[in-house]
Amino acid sequence: MSILIAVITLAAISILFGILLGYSSIKFHVEGDPVVDKIDAILPQTQCGQCTYPGCRPYAEAIISGEANINQCPPGGEVTMLALSDLLGVEPMALDEEHASEPEKTVVYIDEQTCIGCTLCIQACPVDAILGAAKQMHTIIESECTGCDLCIPPCPVDCIYIRSVKVEPDTWRWSLPEATQTAPKA
Amino acid sequence: MTRSSHQLWHFHGGLKLDSHKSMSTGSPIVKAKLPAKLTLPVQQHIGEAGQLRVKVGDKVLKGQIIAECPEYVSAPVHAPSSGTIIDINELPAPHPSGLNTLCVVLETDGEDKWIEHQPNKHPNTKSPAELRQLIRKAGIVGLGGAAFPTAVKVNATNANTANHAHIETLIINGAECEPYISCDDMLMREFAEELISGCSIIQYIVSATHCLIAIEDNKPHAIAALKDVLKEQNLHTIEVVTIPTIYPTGGEKQLIKVLTHKEVPSDGLPSDIGLLVQNVGTAVAVHNAIILGEPLISRIVTITGEGVKQPQNMDVLIGTPLSELIEQSGGYHADASKLIMGGPMMGFTLQTDNVPVIKGCNCLLVENTPPEIPATMPCIRCGDCASVCPAQLLPQQLFWMASSKNFDLVQDYHLFDCIECGCCSQVCPSQIPLVQYYRFAKTEIWNQERERIKSDHARNRHNFRQARLDKEKQERAEKLRKKKELLEKKKQAEAAAKASGSGSEVDPKKAAIEAAMKRVQEKKAAQRAENKKPTDTAAANSAASDEKNDEK
Repeated sequence: MSILIAVITLAAISILFGILLGYSSIKFHVEGDPVVDKIDAILPQTQCGQCTYPGCRPYAEAIISGEANINQCPPGGEVTMLALSDLLGVEPMALDEEHASEPEKTVVYIDEQTCIGCTLCIQACPVDAILGAAKQMHTIIESECTGCDLCIPPCPVDCIYIRSVKVEPDTWRWSLPEATQTAPKA
Repeated sequence: MTRSSHQLWHFHGGLKLDSHKSMSTGSPIVKAKLPAKLTLPVQQHIGEAGQLRVKVGDKVLKGQIIAECPEYVSAPVHAPSSGTIIDINELPAPHPSGLNTLCVVLETDGEDKWIEHQPNKHPNTKSPAELRQLIRKAGIVGLGGAAFPTAVKVNATNANTANHAHIETLIINGAECEPYISCDDMLMREFAEELISGCSIIQYIVSATHCLIAIEDNKPHAIAALKDVLKEQNLHTIEVVTIPTIYPTGGEKQLIKVLTHKEVPSDGLPSDIGLLVQNVGTAVAVHNAIILGEPLISRIVTITGEGVKQPQNMDVLIGTPLSELIEQSGGYHADASKLIMGGPMMGFTLQTDNVPVIKGCNCLLVENTPPEIPATMPCIRCGDCASVCPAQLLPQQLFWMASSKNFDLVQDYHLFDCIECGCCSQVCPSQIPLVQYYRFAKTEIWNQERERIKSDHARNRHNFRQARLDKEKQERAEKLRKKKELLEKKKQAEAAAKASGSGSEVDPKKAAIEAAMKRVQEKKAAQRAENKKPTDTAAANSAASDEKNDEK
């Protein structure tokens, strides 16, 4: 008899929790993976595809699925890699290939004399930073350009050039003094 | 000696430094010669850069607007003398980066002819808002060095919270705590009346009940001069307070602590606790702007240091090249080695003297060969830096965090409350350039913030583009689907017609053709009938007449 009571009680409890869990999985359902959003927020959003994924969000998804490493973002450089390692609780790793610790910020510009107005670069630009129409001159909206360089390969007349972003007194940064010592372990 | 009745307090830390001020206070303020060329950076203040109102070749008068302020937190730039604009270009300007900025070059004509300007002998007849507008138009910025637009500061309504703060006390900062600098001291001695007038105007604008002029006790001449003027004018709402000479008493928050024992909240403003602090130079500039109607086109600059032959204070037009000031101060000593804009503690090294005086430039310090500085040694955690920090921070911790680029943690330790006074670097037995680490961390954090804003923007644009492409794709698919549907319907109809051709229903085309053929046949028949008619009628007529004849 007591066995029966125990079985019934446990069954009742498990049914109750089952219902509760079932209900909350519908009620509190989260669309997509919130960690993907967090990773995406860290990535530089150049949408350049240098990580071998077609944009920043797909790369974020690939990191979550374990497909990609956190060191595949050249425009983000070391800072992004460290932020990702901090967020995901994984060991920092050396950057892929020969990428410098801090990549230089660049934008592209179109040599408007040479441009034939083919619109191929417009189609390639991930952030709609190129203005123009078929058989009309194209131009880059510099403030919107992320420096992904995706517009360069499609150009049939090679009229798109890379230019480094000029440092203004407003955006100038102090350099780290040359350290003669390293931080001790806290 | 001139101990004031006002009760004073101490801020945390601070240092007693050798003042070196007497070097440049021996002679009265000298008016600098009118230079042949004036170079005017369009941005000399904190906030938005000015928008140019002149072009190359324009003739301008003294006091004419060169660049106007587009935004609220901004200040216009005026022509310091009359002449011709000969160049608008990126030129070297005094900035720690040594980078070029947009400058207007004015070739003076020697006439120094003023543009028409409006003096206001009785400022109390105008509303505070009108006076603020006049200050704004005069391009006045904080002359203590920070160069924050004064019109914004004297507006007690906080732009962020829209709260109207009540300013109880106006504090006029005459502390001038940094060694070598003496421009405020000389200004107080020689322009005491103008200073008091400026104080009264600011006091009226912010409706402060009283005004304290704080002066360090190493400036007895200035204190005496101001007290004399106050006695003469019998003003009771303005009080001169003598404060002890401790660096950095001249810091806004430190001065407030000394005078009122109040502390400004970490991310707040003095107006949050009913106070407003203005530099003495700013107060004189306000007097000039309102009473004389003259915009800010000149300032007092201290030219001093062991590396210059005749240290002195000069009344200098904004835009005058530093090299000319050095020349008029006797030139460099042979052992002059380093040119610093500002004081020895907070100033920055200039790469060249071919840069102009700007509104925020209070001192030009020429150092001679410095004594051998021993190389930087490791931090020994002595804690001296923490004991002198006037902001009560932990400089040592900040140093570790900044050097290991831990920018989140460094902010948790209130890096942005650091006023970069340099006390910690001064006392560090290991000669660690601590402030440089903090400056590095601050600019890195600002840069990260800019990058974040930019990447958020790029993400939005990318998502928008993605959504647009998807929409286009959908629309195309929809169009295709509709076309297919139409085609399908047609086909169905045809198939149905074919089916009806063998059945009961008549094909409309065939029917139409048949109908047309029928019509043609009918027409032909009608025509044939017409051709026959005449003979028929004749026969009929004759037949009829025959009948008639028969009746007769």
